[in-house]
Amino acid sequence: MSILVFTILIWLGSIAAGFLGSLTGLGGGIVIVPLLTIVFGVDIRYAIGASLVSVIATSSGAAAAYVKEGFSNIRIGMFLEIATTVGALVGAFLALRLPTPIIAVIFGLVLLHSAYVSSRPRNENLCLDRPDPLATILKMNGTYPTPEGLEAYNVCSVPSGFSFMFIAGIASGLLGIGSGTVKVLAMDQAMRLPFKVSTATSNFMIGVTAAASAGIYLNKGYIDPGLTMPVMLGVLLGSSLGARHLFGAETKKLRAIFGVVIFILAIEMIYSGLKGGLLK
Amino acid sequence: MSKTGQGLPNHEMEIFIGNLLRTGVILAAATVFLGGMIYLVCHGFTTADYRVFQHEPSYLCSIRGIIGNAFSFHGRGLIQLGLLLLIATPITRVALSIYIFARKRDTLYVIITLIVFSILMYSLLGR
Repeated sequence: MSILVFTILIWLGSIAAGFLGSLTGLGGGIVIVPLLTIVFGVDIRYAIGASLVSVIATSSGAAAAYVKEGFSNIRIGMFLEIATTVGALVGAFLALRLPTPIIAVIFGLVLLHSAYVSSRPRNENLCLDRPDPLATILKMNGTYPTPEGLEAYNVCSVPSGFSFMFIAGIASGLLGIGSGTVKVLAMDQAMRLPFKVSTATSNFMIGVTAAASAGIYLNKGYIDPGLTMPVMLGVLLGSSLGARHLFGAETKKLRAIFGVVIFILAIEMIYSGLKGGLLK
Repeated sequence: MSKTGQGLPNHEMEIFIGNLLRTGVILAAATVFLGGMIYLVCHGFTTADYRVFQHEPSYLCSIRGIIGNAFSFHGRGLIQLGLLLLIATPITRVALSIYIFARKRDTLYVIITLIVFSILMYSLLGR
């Protein structure tokens, strides 16, 4: 296949990945790696590098809108980024050392987990009892806009949120994904923030987390310009199209289709990982 | 929009950060696109092969190498420069937050943000 045809196909695939990723809130990165490795036969290390870069692009693009609307809690994000960036460095160092079939299997498992988490309805579980004293010291309790005006919220269990974020960072650095589902889970379930605050703050953090491991990937030669170019431009276009259709009627159907696609990709990743090395 | 006193001091920061992020992404995407077009014109009809992983040549892995390559208008170098701009966008956001927290005399968050900033710099410039 000539580079021209290959680039156009990757670009189109990335538009679709970015579109579905932003509609479902999973992000484009999580489909890019299986798409590149399974469909296009790209080495998983190139795929991880390209995906990570596209994650920075979509997160920064979307964060701009969220931050302006006042949903992101910048203090919470900043504090938790200590955990996600250290985790991302650990993840990137692991990626440089682990054999690729093992990375493929871990990817498949994380993919299954994300599909499962995002398919469940989110039940709002606010921090109504006393806030964590640590949250008060760190000035994390904030307000967010609702149709009835600004509403105040408290923050619970900062230490457990912090440890979840470390795991999210490792997943991001090792697999080249944004790991938004783990981040949102930490803020929803542990710290018990309002939906919109946890989603927007997670989005705000994803770019910084990904930048921490992207530096290492660039230095180690994992980021190939020819491959990353169509992936980044495609995911960016696809996700901004997706953001515009976020409240459209077809969202539910698309989510169901996407869930099936993710399940198949996850099984395929695990199977090819096992076949490619672990069972030899 | 009505805002209580508590929300106000943050707002200036939010608008600024939002604009910074958007500008960074647009600039990066435009550079990557330009580099991509040059790359396709020069190499579009050779065969693509990403099956076997080889480390990128060193001039595409270091900041100095990338800048040198990009300014002689090589497609691949320009794409890497755009990607470098993209990686720099969230890092600049963090650097800017240090300044904004310092102006608000929020020492605790200046320290927290400095920690995050050093981790990012270590990743980008380490070794």
